[in-house]
Amino acid sequence: MKSLRIGGGLGFYGDSYAPALDLVLSGNVQYVAFDHLAELTLAILQKDRARDPALGFAKDLIPLMRAILPQAKEHGVRLISNAGGLNPLAAARAVAAVCHERSLDVSIGVVIGDDVADELGEVCFDPAPGGRESLAAPAFASAYLGGLPVKRALAMGADVVVTGRVADSALFLGALAHGLDWILPGERPEEDMDWDLLAAGAVAGHLLECSGQVVGGNHSADWTKVPGLDRIGYPIAEVDAAGSLEISKVAGSGGWLNFDTVREQLLYEVHDPARYHTPDVTVDLTAVEIRPRDSERVRVEGVRGQAPPKTYKVVAGVKDGYLGQGLIGYSWPHAVEKARAAERILRQQAAARGLPLDDVAAEYLGLNSLHGPLAAPGDSDEMNEVYLRMAIRTRERAQAEAFGRLFPPLALSGPPTASGFIGIDPVRELFLGRIGSVPRALVDARVRAFVRPAAAFFAGTDGRRQMEGRDEDAL
Amino acid sequence: MLCRLADIATARSGDKGDILDISLMARDQRTYDLLIQEVSADRVRAHFAGIVGGQVDRYELPRLLALKFVLHGALDGGAAHALRADNLGKTLGAALLRLPIAWPYDGDPSAGKGRGSR
Repeated sequence: MKSLRIGGGLGFYGDSYAPALDLVLSGNVQYVAFDHLAELTLAILQKDRARDPALGFAKDLIPLMRAILPQAKEHGVRLISNAGGLNPLAAARAVAAVCHERSLDVSIGVVIGDDVADELGEVCFDPAPGGRESLAAPAFASAYLGGLPVKRALAMGADVVVTGRVADSALFLGALAHGLDWILPGERPEEDMDWDLLAAGAVAGHLLECSGQVVGGNHSADWTKVPGLDRIGYPIAEVDAAGSLEISKVAGSGGWLNFDTVREQLLYEVHDPARYHTPDVTVDLTAVEIRPRDSERVRVEGVRGQAPPKTYKVVAGVKDGYLGQGLIGYSWPHAVEKARAAERILRQQAAARGLPLDDVAAEYLGLNSLHGPLAAPGDSDEMNEVYLRMAIRTRERAQAEAFGRLFPPLALSGPPTASGFIGIDPVRELFLGRIGSVPRALVDARVRAFVRPAAAFFAGTDGRRQMEGRDEDAL
Repeated sequence: MLCRLADIATARSGDKGDILDISLMARDQRTYDLLIQEVSADRVRAHFAGIVGGQVDRYELPRLLALKFVLHGALDGGAAHALRADNLGKTLGAALLRLPIAWPYDGDPSAGKGRGSR
């Protein structure tokens, strides 16, 4: 029976990709998939794209490809990433530039069509957070695509596939479907689908999509015993055509795999575990069994699936003001009392300057900045030091900047022992996240997967018209 | 004997939009049974007063000895909108573990929180 090995090469924009190189060199894998996109990431990419229309993709794709693509090509390992974010074509050009620079003969696949910002009338949005009404139009809106366009791009010979908002696990399921001849929704009528099989593939992807989190990173049980977090090995799924699934990692790397680490990642960011929706299959995790083989291998059984919703999930972001903030430290004695005095001064000064104070976060690092109202009181009289972090939400960028500038003068004109000043934080543009759904057929009609030699992308502007004009690869 | 959830269970939290989710994981059957009985959705909602604005749902995973809590309206509009330092709610799973709980069994409640490779 056919089987294959696929690695999880990265868990977010900015994650370490050194372990992904180990996957390519010693993981005996045929594919590595890189999940660059958390929900927050699209908002970050939107800020880039607003500044420069040639941006809007995860820029760490460039050093990643420099580090990994030559070896991947040599070992025949195919790479899949949703680093395209809001601009997959620009991401493909960036990969092509790396190929040009390193003289690599590589075929690049691109998946477009997830951007539904021009079809907002067709998107049914959930109620906005906080019951907010009369919101502005989203600055971006992307549908979560399934694995089919990834499968198509691989079938057309892509060595590297870059996509926009393909669902995290679907990057993996698309590769599994290609390598194991699985049929995905959109290829045949629903009654021909083997939902349990697709669910096993989606779970493989879900377990791998957060890189180190399944092998002992960010682990809540016995975390002190996890060996070698400095040289953690990223996870590998070994999957056969019948859906048998084992999770392992590069032999001898750091981290470990056991019931606890796999259980923790299996349930991560899942809501109803009997109905975990992905674009290709709705997964039922309630009958899953996790069976450790040894400290580097775990078997996962009992994954069940059913048909997915008739809609794709949409994530959108509405611009909603700016965050201005600052941070300042105070030492013993009376560190907390001094920091609280600084908060009062900042509030008074902000009010005097007409800065908005209806939405404020005042947090004391070392005391309550992470658990907020749930933090235990602590012995605040004897604390060695405490930092005040204070943030306000403003309508105007200038107001947020003005708030940040209130912090440095506290050094000479506020309570004593102010220190640890780390500079004025750049103003952050804020987006209110909105979740919605859009009919599948509407999105499917727009999705395209196409594959070209790197040189065709690197050729520049003429390549774009040529690529987008060709319809034979349409799904 | 009174203990805290941190003595008998582990937790990891995650975010989707304005929704926080927390996996609460037990090491063995009797601890799971205790969690089922003691850690209701209402109790979790009360524990997160000042953080959660909407409803709290609870799901049970008896084979995995785990509970899932889904807290709506808990992340200040979502990670790209929140003013909080912990804008992703990464530490709020640990915050659930502060919950006091009566330990009805014999023996030290905190003897090993995970199942490990067993």
